[in-house]
Amino acid sequence: MDAPLHAKRMIVNMGPSHPAMHGVTRAVVALEGETIAEMKLDIGFLHRGFEKSCENATWTQCFPYTDRLNYISAIMNNTGFALGVEKLCRLDVPDRAKYLRVIGSEIHRICDHLTLVSAMGLELGAMTVFLYGIEARDLLWDRLTELCGARLTSNYCRVGGVARDVPEGWIEKTTASLDRVNELAGEIGGLLTRNRIFLDRTRGTGRVSRQDAIDLGFTGPCLRAAGEPYDIRKAAPYLVYDRLDFDIPVGEHGDNFDRYLVRMEEMRQSDRIVRQCFAQMEPGDIAVKDFHYVLPPKPQVYGTIEGLMAHFKLVMEGIQVPAGEAYSYTEAANGELGFYIVSDGGGRPYKLGLRAPGWPMLAALPYMVRGSLLADLIPTFDSINMIGGEVEQ
Amino acid sequence: MAETDTLPAIATRREEATGFFQKLVSKGLGWARKNSLYQYPFVTACCGIEYMSLASARYDIARFGAEVPRFSPRQADLLLVVGTINCKQAPILQRIYEQMADPKWVIAYGVCASSGGFYDNYATVQGIDRLIPVDVYVPGCPPRPEQVLDGLMLLQKKIQDQEHKLIDRASPKLASGR
Ligand code: SF4
Repeated sequence: MDAPLHAKRMIVNMGPSHPAMHGVTRAVVALEGETIAEMKLDIGFLHRGFEKSCENATWTQCFPYTDRLNYISAIMNNTGFALGVEKLCRLDVPDRAKYLRVIGSEIHRICDHLTLVSAMGLELGAMTVFLYGIEARDLLWDRLTELCGARLTSNYCRVGGVARDVPEGWIEKTTASLDRVNELAGEIGGLLTRNRIFLDRTRGTGRVSRQDAIDLGFTGPCLRAAGEPYDIRKAAPYLVYDRLDFDIPVGEHGDNFDRYLVRMEEMRQSDRIVRQCFAQMEPGDIAVKDFHYVLPPKPQVYGTIEGLMAHFKLVMEGIQVPAGEAYSYTEAANGELGFYIVSDGGGRPYKLGLRAPGWPMLAALPYMVRGSLLADLIPTFDSINMIGGEVEQ
Repeated sequence: MAETDTLPAIATRREEATGFFQKLVSKGLGWARKNSLYQYPFVTACCGIEYMSLASARYDIARFGAEVPRFSPRQADLLLVVGTINCKQAPILQRIYEQMADPKWVIAYGVCASSGGFYDNYATVQGIDRLIPVDVYVPGCPPRPEQVLDGLMLLQKKIQDQEHKLIDRASPKLASGR
């Protein structure tokens, strides 16, 4: 009767076109019963040649490419790239531009976390959460559309400043939108945070200890959820983050539930940051006044020969960035976003390297899910927030 | 058949050749099919984020009868190609299209799917029409949801004007209803 039954390993292919593998990643899972014995990742289904494309574009033309790295939080990528180029040029942008960059970034951080939480809810069966989350995100996108003209791919920053100032009455409108977003986020929290099904599926799954998280190169919310209070906005403040008052939420267990909680709290902190920026911001220039970097205003282009020349040079040859190399690191929604920029003194990048925030987490996924149930793969994959655009460049 | 369909002269002759009941059935089927599109969202990139908005409450693609996403190609008749298709992805897309049952339609969502967009490089397929036939192209990077709804309406009109048959005994190639 008790002759041992030999379990046979079953290989299951998840993705690249699978509803739960949003983005396109192929996971080859070896199952023993329902337990994951081994897992392999296959990426590259969204490789679009970001780094190479940038070498063929002028510095300004690179911004649209950076938009499409982490496409849910485009302004953060813009900011990171702009900071890198400005490091090479030794430029300091005006205060108002700094504030505008922070505002855009933080609003996009809210969007990113909202998307993650909604998608996570959706894939665990909570459709309502998804509808609330997307509604909130749409509200913010409306405001961003008024600010930069596009819903998703903002292309907002420039070398030396930002593209546009806020339109009239925008600050009041945004404050109202943020209030409503808070309400909706509260509602999402009410639906998920004490939800039995959600708790059972996320608590204790996809766990990473603090030491492992550091060793694996985690940054951002995933690292903080494991208990390490590291945030570049605090550790090496850039732009105006040192003038702002905000907290770094830290988790305890490093499991999926903590990653979710950290993100919910970060949304509140971003909300605080944006409001503080509105209060502190003063009228002024939104870009440096040096026409080697920034396009001159149109009357000057049409009226003076210097303006015309500057315009022509910038458009045809691009910004002449001094030769050298620089690494810029900023805290994007998923962690440290790094741009390694090499210039040979011409109008185009000589080489561009990207440190994608999501990559270490994705690479650690096989390690995180080994020995857990197949069903746990879904919340784990959700909570690390893999974004194809940045991971596969 | 797709190209000849749109030529007015041939269309008129065919009009004359089809019987009254046949026409009635074709219209009825067309009406039913255009209002109950089961979509397969082949979501790969940034456009997919916009697709989320399209599918949820504010823009609500359900109003056009295309609300149910099916992640099995066997159950879908509208393939939405949302986002960049690169060379590694191309065979998969082709396979999924082939697995879908006739009649089937394809929307290229966004410039990447339509023409490769601004990724004019070694990795990206310069438009999915190099792989599979496309019915409606929606430009934009990403297109606004309104644009996609407009594209969907165009497709519905196209479906209504096509010839549908209750029982199709023609060889599979002709029976595609395209
Ligand atoms: S069309 Fe634009 S937004 Fe859509 S996938 Fe391509 S790059 Fe992304």
